Amino acid sequence: MLRFIFTRLSLVIPTFIGITLLAFFLVRLVPGDPIETMAGERGIDAARHAQLLTEYGLDRPLLVQYGKYIERVVQGDLGKSIVTRENVLTEFGQLFPATIELAICAILIALIVGLPAGIIAAVKRNSIFDHGVMGISLTGYSMPIFWWGLLLILLFSVQLGITPVSGRIAVQYFIEPVTGFLTVDSLLAGDIDAFWSALSHLVLPAIVLGTVPLAVIARMTRSAMLEVLGEDYIRTARAKGMAPIRVVAMHALRNALIPIVTVIGLQVGALFTGAILTETIFSWPGVGKWLIEAISRRDYPVLQGGTLMLGVVVMSVNLFVDLLYGLINPRIRHAR
Amino acid sequence: MSTQTLNAPTAAPSAAPPHPVREFWTYFSANRGAVAGLVVIVLVLLCALFAPLIAPHEPNLTNNAVFLKPPFWQEGGSLSYPLGTDAIGRDILSRLLFGARLSLVIGIAVVALAIVVGIVLGLIAGYFKGIADIAIMRLMDILMTMPSLLLAIVIVAILGPGLMNAMLAVAIVVLPHYVRITRAAVIAEASKDYVVAAQVSGAQTIRLMFSEILPNCAAPLIVQATLGVSTAILDAAALGFLGLGAQPPTPEWGTMLADAREFVLRAWWVVTFPGLAILITVLAFNLLGDGLRDALDPKLKR
Amino acid sequence: MPLLEIENLSVEFPTSQGTLRAVDRIDLTLEEGEVLGVVGESGSGKSVTMLALMGLVGYPGRVRADKLRFDGRDLLTMSARERRQLTGKDVAMIFQEPSTSLNPCFTIGFQLAETLRKHEGMDNKAAKRRSIELLEQVGIPAPESRLKAFPHQMSGGMNQRVMIAMAIACNPRLLIADEPTTALDVTIQAQILDLLMSLQRERNMALVLITHNMGVVAETAQRIMVMYAGQIMEERKVDALFANPQHPYSAALLAALPERSEHATRLATIPGMVPGLNDRPKGCLFSPRCAYATDHSRNIQPELRDWADGRVRCHYPLGDPQRDAARARDEAGQATEAAR
Repeated sequence: MLRFIFTRLSLVIPTFIGITLLAFFLVRLVPGDPIETMAGERGIDAARHAQLLTEYGLDRPLLVQYGKYIERVVQGDLGKSIVTRENVLTEFGQLFPATIELAICAILIALIVGLPAGIIAAVKRNSIFDHGVMGISLTGYSMPIFWWGLLLILLFSVQLGITPVSGRIAVQYFIEPVTGFLTVDSLLAGDIDAFWSALSHLVLPAIVLGTVPLAVIARMTRSAMLEVLGEDYIRTARAKGMAPIRVVAMHALRNALIPIVTVIGLQVGALFTGAILTETIFSWPGVGKWLIEAISRRDYPVLQGGTLMLGVVVMSVNLFVDLLYGLINPRIRHAR
Repeated sequence: MSTQTLNAPTAAPSAAPPHPVREFWTYFSANRGAVAGLVVIVLVLLCALFAPLIAPHEPNLTNNAVFLKPPFWQEGGSLSYPLGTDAIGRDILSRLLFGARLSLVIGIAVVALAIVVGIVLGLIAGYFKGIADIAIMRLMDILMTMPSLLLAIVIVAILGPGLMNAMLAVAIVVLPHYVRITRAAVIAEASKDYVVAAQVSGAQTIRLMFSEILPNCAAPLIVQATLGVSTAILDAAALGFLGLGAQPPTPEWGTMLADAREFVLRAWWVVTFPGLAILITVLAFNLLGDGLRDALDPKLKR
Repeated sequence: MPLLEIENLSVEFPTSQGTLRAVDRIDLTLEEGEVLGVVGESGSGKSVTMLALMGLVGYPGRVRADKLRFDGRDLLTMSARERRQLTGKDVAMIFQEPSTSLNPCFTIGFQLAETLRKHEGMDNKAAKRRSIELLEQVGIPAPESRLKAFPHQMSGGMNQRVMIAMAIACNPRLLIADEPTTALDVTIQAQILDLLMSLQRERNMALVLITHNMGVVAETAQRIMVMYAGQIMEERKVDALFANPQHPYSAALLAALPERSEHATRLATIPGMVPGLNDRPKGCLFSPRCAYATDHSRNIQPELRDWADGRVRCHYPLGDPQRDAARARDEAGQATEAAR
């Protein structure tokens, strides 16, 4: 197990270097001069330009520049936003809880619906339920979620008027941030109305963001369960006279979880992809919307820092899932 | 006791197993979803090919008289604009038909580019191993770690918005799949007897890779390519929606949705139809890809 | 009353090219404490027959029988719940691949205790004590520490011992062993077989030993049933069959034994293959590979009939004094028919 952890950890380093390289070259590769790029559209005079060039070390060789960049990144200095003059890391820290709150709810929805649907589809394979689940999940998997979001707004917000169209919470509520999750914070503050407001803002974006992971999890669960249900040890469990529910829910699911967890882990990357679109549609004040706005404002330090941070987050989650995979798979856990 | 064998006077009248192509078709056609997908793709293809003939209007022709006209079955709609018009009086049906051209071209071009580069990189990685392999695969791992759309956005941010750059970005994003498949297939195939035999008989390395190994990893590549077209269409549309892909007034489905966003409260049709077009096309390619995988993968055959 | 009665048992699997009949009208009775050897090539329906008896033929297989009784209790009309109380307790089964037959995600101890908790209603402590006893009985050293082991940490032979321990945990009256030694090393094979036989004698349990090894049957079983393409070809006492096989297929299986061809330069083989879905003969299923087949046997399927203290499915059993005459008559009859 120790060796397993060590190998996984060592694989993180080249990935991290790759992400920093990507972020580093992002600004360098943009057509035009990096100082002008970073200064934005207001322009800059020649003397200030030369001064900044030295200040940022842009007159030094590329490798030295990269070294400097890494040095700053490791110290937590991701530069300042051109637009707001805020520290990029600070801004990221303020917006990230909103994205996480959304992402957690989305993955919860995906799990609560997707896992049982996949399991039942596998057990009742070729039944109407199975075909239905597979048809719906393939549709969900094919869904352009930016359109799906608009459709749900059309139905629930415009036609039925049940949910708000955008934002995280109605404007009249102010909740002191503790965890950064408005649903949790409003409960901590004891403000039930604020909680309902936050929840009603959350539900549509979470469904939209959860759609693709739900489809993937349902399909993966079904195929993993189908494979496991054909294994010899399932026959053994049935030969022992175990009840079908125990055979499925314990003997089969425990084994099927190993590939399923991997797939769920891989969905985290896809989740941030979806978050960019979902946050844009619902004006959800998270990092996805922040990044898209950064592009339209040509706020390159934000884009650079945000890309780096999201890359690191996804990398960390993947690492965590990898380790979890080792933990739930006895063959790895007990390997010397 | 001497050797005693039961002589079989007549060989068993064994029915010959079905021809591979026939067998493939048997499995494929039994999958109703896959056939439906194929039919839809052919229809979309026909729409795209004959768009100028079928479309009732020019896709970019604006008509001041008919802003946000609803579809024909609704009050105020007319058959001359069957699916209604958008905010500046363009016929939605015509734009969708021309959009089919764009989406198919995007999907196929992206996959073609990714598959060519992917095969080359995968062959190099799998056949030469060593440093080339490590370098290529680490790079692919990094590409796969990044959320796909974020990566595409970063690439477009570097290259500037536009349809060509968006396609290039999506091609880079989907590249790792093809590299991985090719590499895995090469490693599996390269150790098999027939490749060793070809090597012993003096076949050149390059020739060997393309003529002997590649045909044998065709099946997973075909499946991945089919599924890849759907990913490409979806991602390109997402970029278009974010304003980073095809630029207005190009009748690209994602871009049309971006234009339509502000009218979601007033005109459901400008929002509904482009998305439905994306969904149906992507779903068709996914159904076809699934069907191909089931028919080509002997492991799943019963 | 026999322990087990099976009448007219068939198992069918629908495939894309038609229905495959894996088990074809099997009749079988088994007495308390009896050891029955079931032999045949791969695909002859030996395992499926026994899986059907255990109620383990899964989707999309279909099981049909006129009678399926264990200890006088009708398995066909029994509820699924009642039947599960029987399987694993009174009827137990062990399989060919011990390493894949144990769940890789649970410890040996857990999997053993599971059976005991279910059928004997033991609590964890009692189950643990009994598990250690059982592991001792099947010859596993240091049983207490093995309880915490996972299947992948043990050898195939050890895993098969665990499977046996699990099967005998509730003192079954019938144990079905499906090629229990095939996947094991030769030296281990004999050990496992010895273990099975000594447990059988100690507990006087009935044992069905499925194998494709005639030698194993000769050493262990009292009665032997030869299966081919889902059908019973011959069934009688082991000594009788080994001395005078009545079915050409049984004779061919015996001829293929290495011990029987000591002086031969080559081992005897049976040409051809078990018929599949596409090439099932019209008449006797063995006729394409049979040296004695006639047009009659190629066209008309023989019925399983009582013959020489046993049963045989053949038009011309080897021990029949009139068989040459019968074959000549059938050939001639066929010839005159053709001439007409």
